[in-house]
Amino acid sequence: MTEQFAPPPSRGCSNTPVLKERGQHEVFCGLTGIIWLHRKMQDAFFLVVGSRTCAHLLQSAAGVMIFAEPRFATAILEETDLAGMADAQQELDRVVSELLERRPDIKQLFLVGSCPSEVIKLDLAKAAERMSAQFAPNVRVLSYSGSGIETTFTQGEDACLAAMVPVLPQTDARELLLVGALPDIVEEQAVGLLEAMGIGPIRVLPASRVNDEYGIGPNTLYALTQPFLTETHEALQRRGANHIAAPFPFGEEGTTAWLRAIADQFGVSDAKFAEVTDAPRARARKAVAQASEALRGKSVFFFPDSQLEIPLARFLTRECGMDAIEVGAPFIHKTVMAPDLDLLAEGPTIAEGQDVDKQLDRCRDARPDLTVCGLGLANPLEAEGLTTKWAIELVFTPVHFYEQAGDLAGLFSRPMRRRDLLKLEAAE
Amino acid sequence: MKLTVWTYEGPPHVGAMRVATGMTNLHYVLHAPQGDTYADLLFTMIERRNHRPPVTYTTFQARDLGADTAYLFKDAAMAAYERFKPEAMIVGASCTAELIQDDPGGLAETLGLPIPAIPLELPSYQRKENFGADETFYQIVKALARPMKKTARVTANLIGPTALGFRHRDDIVEVTGLLMDMGIEVNVAAPMPASPSDIAKMGQAHFNVLMYPETAETAARYMEREFGQPYTKTVPIGVGATRDFVKEVAQIANLEPVLDDSRLRMPWYSASVDSTYLTGKRVFLFGDGTHVAACARIARDEMGFEVVGMGCYNREQARMLRGLAKEYGVEALITDDYLEVEGRIEELAPEMILGTQMERHIGKRLGIPCAVISAPVHVQDFPARYSPQMGIEGANVIFDTWVHPLVMGLEEHLLTMFREDFEFHDDAGASHHGGKAKLREMGINATSETETKTPESVQANTGPVEIVWLPAAEKELKKIPFFVRGKAKRNTETFASERGVQEISVDTLYEAKAHYAR
Repeated sequence: MTEQFAPPPSRGCSNTPVLKERGQHEVFCGLTGIIWLHRKMQDAFFLVVGSRTCAHLLQSAAGVMIFAEPRFATAILEETDLAGMADAQQELDRVVSELLERRPDIKQLFLVGSCPSEVIKLDLAKAAERMSAQFAPNVRVLSYSGSGIETTFTQGEDACLAAMVPVLPQTDARELLLVGALPDIVEEQAVGLLEAMGIGPIRVLPASRVNDEYGIGPNTLYALTQPFLTETHEALQRRGANHIAAPFPFGEEGTTAWLRAIADQFGVSDAKFAEVTDAPRARARKAVAQASEALRGKSVFFFPDSQLEIPLARFLTRECGMDAIEVGAPFIHKTVMAPDLDLLAEGPTIAEGQDVDKQLDRCRDARPDLTVCGLGLANPLEAEGLTTKWAIELVFTPVHFYEQAGDLAGLFSRPMRRRDLLKLEAAE
Repeated sequence: MKLTVWTYEGPPHVGAMRVATGMTNLHYVLHAPQGDTYADLLFTMIERRNHRPPVTYTTFQARDLGADTAYLFKDAAMAAYERFKPEAMIVGASCTAELIQDDPGGLAETLGLPIPAIPLELPSYQRKENFGADETFYQIVKALARPMKKTARVTANLIGPTALGFRHRDDIVEVTGLLMDMGIEVNVAAPMPASPSDIAKMGQAHFNVLMYPETAETAARYMEREFGQPYTKTVPIGVGATRDFVKEVAQIANLEPVLDDSRLRMPWYSASVDSTYLTGKRVFLFGDGTHVAACARIARDEMGFEVVGMGCYNREQARMLRGLAKEYGVEALITDDYLEVEGRIEELAPEMILGTQMERHIGKRLGIPCAVISAPVHVQDFPARYSPQMGIEGANVIFDTWVHPLVMGLEEHLLTMFREDFEFHDDAGASHHGGKAKLREMGINATSETETKTPESVQANTGPVEIVWLPAAEKELKKIPFFVRGKAKRNTETFASERGVQEISVDTLYEAKAHYAR
């Protein structure tokens, strides 16, 4: 493909001082990730050890919209469990036995820690070890924390995947590992493109079934598909695996850069790369151009939510012609974010953490054309006349890689087109 | 520890949020970890509120726990006061903060705020959402309301409505109208949409209308005791209950009962011939105790249904509902275990469910029509149109809502008549529900009509005797429209097991039909 991207900015945001705030965070906790993880891993069950609040969050986040019996549940702590620790471990054994009896199809069980279980220091790692021994080889039991005191929204997926890394077998095979729970259709597209370049074997974390797993070792090369997988990144480093650093595969530019970084590691020629990517690149460029018409020259303000904010700001500014005013992220992992920060031109405020009332003040002052925020803020801001895009959809919708680049731009342009479309006043 | 798939009620602090969000000029400072803000979206998304709930979350994190979390609370409370300048504050802890025992009430007191800061003790590991709302409202009333001289004219407070309540918004309007027709003015409606200064005036009303015992019974008892305000015991949901309510109010207020029923269409709709098909429909009710009790009466006395089971998820109403169930000759199911409710519905095989959003899912899975009568709510329970449950219009709304999931009256007759037609058969579903009609493939059921085949077919689980449906009987059963098939199957099996018959033939089916004919 002959056309080039705009040159990288002379000064990216890598060295921009970060506005760090603490105060009220208007974000989900890491338990929320269970909503998509349990659909991705079809033989897994997620048992949250927590309070009624945890159960209520999961049900509210899922919108009570799941018809089948969900593959997640909450072991709700009661007054008696809080009295003595020995009891809680025994109680957990009882609940898990009850559960496994009901659901013999479960092959992996995740014990998921919550705020209350962390505060009372209920040792779920120990419980998982004990249960793994008890139920082996039929069921593997792992634990991780999705608590709000330790994880923000998508960090729950990170904690889950990081917990899976140490139990993968050792291998010396040179394999590519794609890391991140993507919708099947998106995952297949990525694997298809890479295989067409002759790259393989390709593994995916998480695998959809426990028996599909593979080994890991010093010859493993891995690429992250989601920017929030920083713990998993570090767990893979500890196993000696090698990280392929790249911007995240959002939009045509991100996807190309991401694929290029992998292709380089596997010695793919420029000609082969062009042969595989030219057609989908052209499609993506066309789709983005159409879908981003309403976005050109408009300003955008990101509240921290899914951790996708920085790569998406890069996509919206470089491919959709928007101006970023503020890019807030729950936390910023410099190493993982560097390639995207380098491409994001200097200018916007880069914010980490949150004091929601102060951030709302800044947002109201800036009057952005589009505000990307969580569900708790979207309707109140709309009522104030601001156009919003609720961020959770970015996590629940296929948005990665070439064929979804237009859809991704469309997610942002739809609220703007809608505001233009609605004529709710009397005719003049 | 209790294994829970879905829950009917949230934690008690969500009940407190429902009170705070329903009110104006009140602020809730909640000691809570990051993530508990999920509760905001219940209000902004499900109820489509255009304001954030007036709640400040302290948002403590793991790294704060080693140090001092108390100052986080104090800072948050101070900042919230300065930013929002509420007339009063409620302060409390969510489940996690309860464990770290920072005592928000005591901390708030040390701040010396110029407004009342009302401490809430809501035991998260014992109680649930409705308790949280009831207790919060009671504490607010106790802190702010004082005995006062009663108003010159007869006035009443409406108590119980909250944010995220099932049709509370419209019930307030309807009940206000009922009282107005009797010349009674509403003094304060609370918690929704009152402010703390409105609460302070509650003592001047002559009596209280307890709209929802779930959220205001403790406050009602308190005001009866402290302010000498009697409260109404009848919840005006349904025609009969509305008439009883008017009588009760007249008695309390010493006025003539007046009810303008010129807009009441429900009794005629129920009596008109098109509704004949509703007769004896077997319904199962589940929800909060108050709505279930009111709807059981409507189901039996005003719709002509047969109540085959009822239950509630809030233990606070268990005793009342058990008593009521006895009157209806059924056993009450008191549980907050969704799977247990599903099991009971499967076992009873009702023709219709009157339940919550959770039962709507059960109905969808089992193919049983369901109308929603109670919280827990979802976005569709906040319709744009005026849609109360209480009073005259509430009765009209309930008739329409309950009939809607069913196949229409005349349609039901025609389905019975043309049940073998490939385009117009029972599997096609109700014609007004959308969805693509399934054409039935004709001629594939060319099995023999005789009963000589080996009885390999359906086994019914009716106690110790194993009952088998012979193929011809099974085929005959399939000819019965789906909305009565469950009943026919059940009756036949009961009939057979009572007589020790182990194989159900076509004759058994029709003998049972004759036996149960009414």
